[in-house]
Amino acid sequence: MNDMLLWLNDPQNWTGTRVTPGIVEQASAHLAYTAIALSIAAVIAFPLGLVLGHTGRASWLVSVANGLRALPTVGLLILLYVMVSPLISGRGNAVYLVPTEIALVLLALPAILANTYAGVRNVSPAVRDAARGMGMTGPQVLFRVELPNALPLVFSGLRSAALQVIATATIAAYVGLGGLGRYVYDGLASRDFGQMAGGAVLVAALALLVDLALSLLQRATVSRGVSGRFSRRSTRDSRSAAVTVVRPQPPRGGPDGGRSTRQATTPAAALTPSGDHPSG
Amino acid sequence: MSPDNGSAPWDLFGYFADHRADVLDLLWAHTWLSVLPVVIGLLVAFPIGWLARRYRWAYPPVVSVSGLLYTIPSLALFVVMPTLLGTQILDPVNVVVALTIYTVALLVRVVADGLAAVPEDAVQAATAMGFTRLQRLRTVELPLAIPVIAAGLRVAMVANVSLVAIAATIGIPQLGQLFITGFQLSVTGPYYPPIVLGIALSVALALLLDRLIVLGARLLTPWQRVSAAR
Repeated sequence: MNDMLLWLNDPQNWTGTRVTPGIVEQASAHLAYTAIALSIAAVIAFPLGLVLGHTGRASWLVSVANGLRALPTVGLLILLYVMVSPLISGRGNAVYLVPTEIALVLLALPAILANTYAGVRNVSPAVRDAARGMGMTGPQVLFRVELPNALPLVFSGLRSAALQVIATATIAAYVGLGGLGRYVYDGLASRDFGQMAGGAVLVAALALLVDLALSLLQRATVSRGVSGRFSRRSTRDSRSAAVTVVRPQPPRGGPDGGRSTRQATTPAAALTPSGDHPSG
Repeated sequence: MSPDNGSAPWDLFGYFADHRADVLDLLWAHTWLSVLPVVIGLLVAFPIGWLARRYRWAYPPVVSVSGLLYTIPSLALFVVMPTLLGTQILDPVNVVVALTIYTVALLVRVVADGLAAVPEDAVQAATAMGFTRLQRLRTVELPLAIPVIAAGLRVAMVANVSLVAIAATIGIPQLGQLFITGFQLSVTGPYYPPIVLGIALSVALALLLDRLIVLGARLLTPWQRVSAAR
């Protein structure tokens, strides 16, 4: 414990030296790896989930994506590294980065795809019919009704994917990538347990911060009519406006950090008189 | 390229034949390292989940704390455990405790929600028949909550099988060791057999344990089959 505090307190460890990158640099590298993987996965999985959910077709694709979750993350990571790295020539980080990013994208895909799909599918048929009855076209129903209602679940998928990617990017330091995982494995190799535990604490802090940032983004983007979050004063009037019901999902977890069991806070919960539902 | 045997992915059978005893040891270690935390986790999570159900004020904090615990990457937890427990870094106890924490974090909420999903009329009928609170919990609420709890157990089980493998990167042997071996043998060129064998065994173990929980839940809830057959 003392070693760890000493290590974390040493300013040189934060700024780095001429030869070794500091904590700040490694943390931003870690964030960059995470952002790249999440963006690629979201660009693929989010539209796909929306379309599949809207049309209800090819649900087997979602099952396949869910099956991917049973794969051990380390195994996938090392398999891809061994497979892809010989194909990459060039200096620097690319040899580690490209295979790792492929693995990270593969790990982030299922959570985003399955949750987007489930979010759109779970919109109450009555709401969908009402939207159609009002003369909305298919895309209008999707973007004005289904997407806003699906957002809580989309976000829970994105958050669990983010945690998964951060955790796996840490392990990617084992094959040689940078990031905060470096401290864990370098500390282990040199039996510097202060560095090792310090790195672990930093990884945990980074994960918590990213999750917090995404939850703030979720608060800002999810309609209050969906989240059931109203200011105290307008509560009584607005509650009656919340007609859509996002059904709680059965628990479905990712192999790592998969906290997709987090359920959408439902307007139904907001309608209960006690209103003591978790605020997320 | 290894001189004596093939390095293609499908040579995993040859690799298994050559290293049978070692691989079975790793498989066994992997099995208990992933099953034990689920068993302990359920035993710990049940009373907490029950409390969170019984006393409404306890539910939100329990859910937030378990969500927070689930956010911590597993490698970080494995590595910090020795500092918290005073164990050696290579002690498998670290893995068991870390995975138990995840399992508890996952199951507490599942248990609370499972108990909450028990139909109110069943509970009231039991109360009216003169069941004490404990009797009611054991003979009415717990059996009726089994399907929900089993669903949570399956998630925890499959997650654990995958998470255990991560501990191999810090030197605790189980199936993840096969990935490390494959990684180390791939310096001159890809050497797939141990990696593919590790993935295959790990997935097979996850599916098997998952099936066992489904079967167990089915045996414990015979009334569900009756109503399904009707």
